[in-house]
Amino acid sequence: MEKDREHADGAHGLGRSRAALAAERLIEVVIRICGFSAIFFVFSIFLFVLLSGSDFIVHRLNVREFLFSTEWVPTSLSNKRYGTLALTVGTFSVTGLAMLIAVPFGLGAAIFVSEFTGGKTKEALKITIELLAAIPSVVWGFIGLVIMNPLIIELFDAPIGLNVLNGGILLGLMSVPIIVSIGEDAIKAVPDSYREASLAMGANRWQTVVHVLLPAARSGLLAAVLLGVGRAIGETIAVLMATGHAVQIPHSPLDSVRTLTATIASELGETSRGSDHYQALFTIGILLFALTFIVNLSADLMVRGFRGEQR
Amino acid sequence: MNRGTSGFICAAMLGAAALAWSCGGGGSSRVLIQNKGSDTLVNLAQAWAENYRTVNPSVGVAVSGGGSGTGIAALINGTVDIANASRDMHPQEKEQVRAHNGKDALEHRVARDAIVIYVNKANPLEKITIANLACIYAEDGKCETWSSVGAEVPGCADQKIIRVSRQSNSGTYEFFRDAVLGNNKDFKLGSRDMQGSKDVVDLVTKTPCAIGYSGMGYITADVKVLCLAKDASSPCVAPTPAAAKSGEYPLSRWLYMFTIGEPQGHVKEYLDWILSPAGQQIVAQNGYVPVN
Repeated sequence: MEKDREHADGAHGLGRSRAALAAERLIEVVIRICGFSAIFFVFSIFLFVLLSGSDFIVHRLNVREFLFSTEWVPTSLSNKRYGTLALTVGTFSVTGLAMLIAVPFGLGAAIFVSEFTGGKTKEALKITIELLAAIPSVVWGFIGLVIMNPLIIELFDAPIGLNVLNGGILLGLMSVPIIVSIGEDAIKAVPDSYREASLAMGANRWQTVVHVLLPAARSGLLAAVLLGVGRAIGETIAVLMATGHAVQIPHSPLDSVRTLTATIASELGETSRGSDHYQALFTIGILLFALTFIVNLSADLMVRGFRGEQR
Repeated sequence: MNRGTSGFICAAMLGAAALAWSCGGGGSSRVLIQNKGSDTLVNLAQAWAENYRTVNPSVGVAVSGGGSGTGIAALINGTVDIANASRDMHPQEKEQVRAHNGKDALEHRVARDAIVIYVNKANPLEKITIANLACIYAEDGKCETWSSVGAEVPGCADQKIIRVSRQSNSGTYEFFRDAVLGNNKDFKLGSRDMQGSKDVVDLVTKTPCAIGYSGMGYITADVKVLCLAKDASSPCVAPTPAAAKSGEYPLSRWLYMFTIGEPQGHVKEYLDWILSPAGQQIVAQNGYVPVN
């Protein structure tokens, strides 16, 4: 690199080299700004969310009611209630079902793409799976509303097709691409010497995958799953359209629910700025922030563990 | 540290510059009236806006929905010229309009509507009373199954009533709450809260167990409309234009457009046209009832 530059300077003369140097410095500054701006934006957003809800949080928030009551009635004329338990349970039930679908499919696909295919099939699969990630969530929601709803009523004899099952399937399909691409990277990162040693011991390919590769890549695979979870928790429009948007604790996958994100999306537009309802929605935002932060932090710690093991 | 700080400032300035640039573009000499609010009114408002193009090509009207509350909030914040609403303005909203703009909000009655009770085609029920609706929808209501209101719905698992309602910033939601549940009561939790008037009718059309309420402009051939009675002893009234106009139908209401103070210039011309015979003809075409 150094040598290349010296060579280029020599070829174009001294004036050119000053311009090149200035350009390089400029690029350095721009890259620095890009790097810091990420931190700046994350903190600004967190601060904004926190400050927007601060008055309510400090003076009127009943933490116990907020976390453990199932009654979310923010627009009542006589008795406003801000309980988010039903919404939190809604979020986790949909996310849980999504992971039941996405983890086997995602990890299975990751193993297949990484270990059992090659050449054109592999490329085609990877591109198709990444294409799945490019489908906008509102399109997924539309599929849930128009195709899955009547299908679920028909197949399960359910009273309504907008429910945990519908949202879970959609979110599962939306999380699969993330799990596949990160999971595949994790499996690919296992050194070839592991595979060679396993095969040399007389293990077949399946035994190699189950007993050598999966244990070796386990933290990477866990991180893939947790990033999928983060995607599912944060998703809004698709679940808003597909889960039925009903404030209740679900007793079966065929019950409608409402999620934390969908509540913010559907109610924030109406509230007058600074009202209790407005601030309560921001408090939900903080709860959501905390939940996704925990998920991302665990994913990050696991990736570190994974890197440490590889070293 | 110093370099870090300057990095922050630069980033902030870059952001601001990008914002200013993206907002500055697209200027045109054409006058644009911003119009937002009620989902009940959104199709009708769209039809008015499209037809007004032929009346006055130099004026464009940008229509969006989101709910009556959303439209009124936008009027308060000064981002729209006209707010559509399917309910009265709340006293505190009126106060906010005055506080933010120094003028009172002015109400224009632009159409008359009936909140129609929709059930699935498979439902044998023909009529329902306000008390039954309250029993189904209110927080302390005990009606959970179709049998409890005297119906047996084929194709509905466990005869469980699926309550379809609206999100809480909807004017229809508030009107229904005040008129049917009454006395500061709340909706029973667990209803499916749809984001638009049309979504309610769509869901009821596809779901045998469902019951829903929405504006009369959303009646289709694929859904059943119930005849509504004030109480068990009164006769039931179908949501016809005549019954909505006379107020004989128990859930009839005005649809409003709100402006801040007396409308001026292009906004005034637009509102005058809406209330003219040409504008009111479009009201009837969209399934609502003209004002006069």
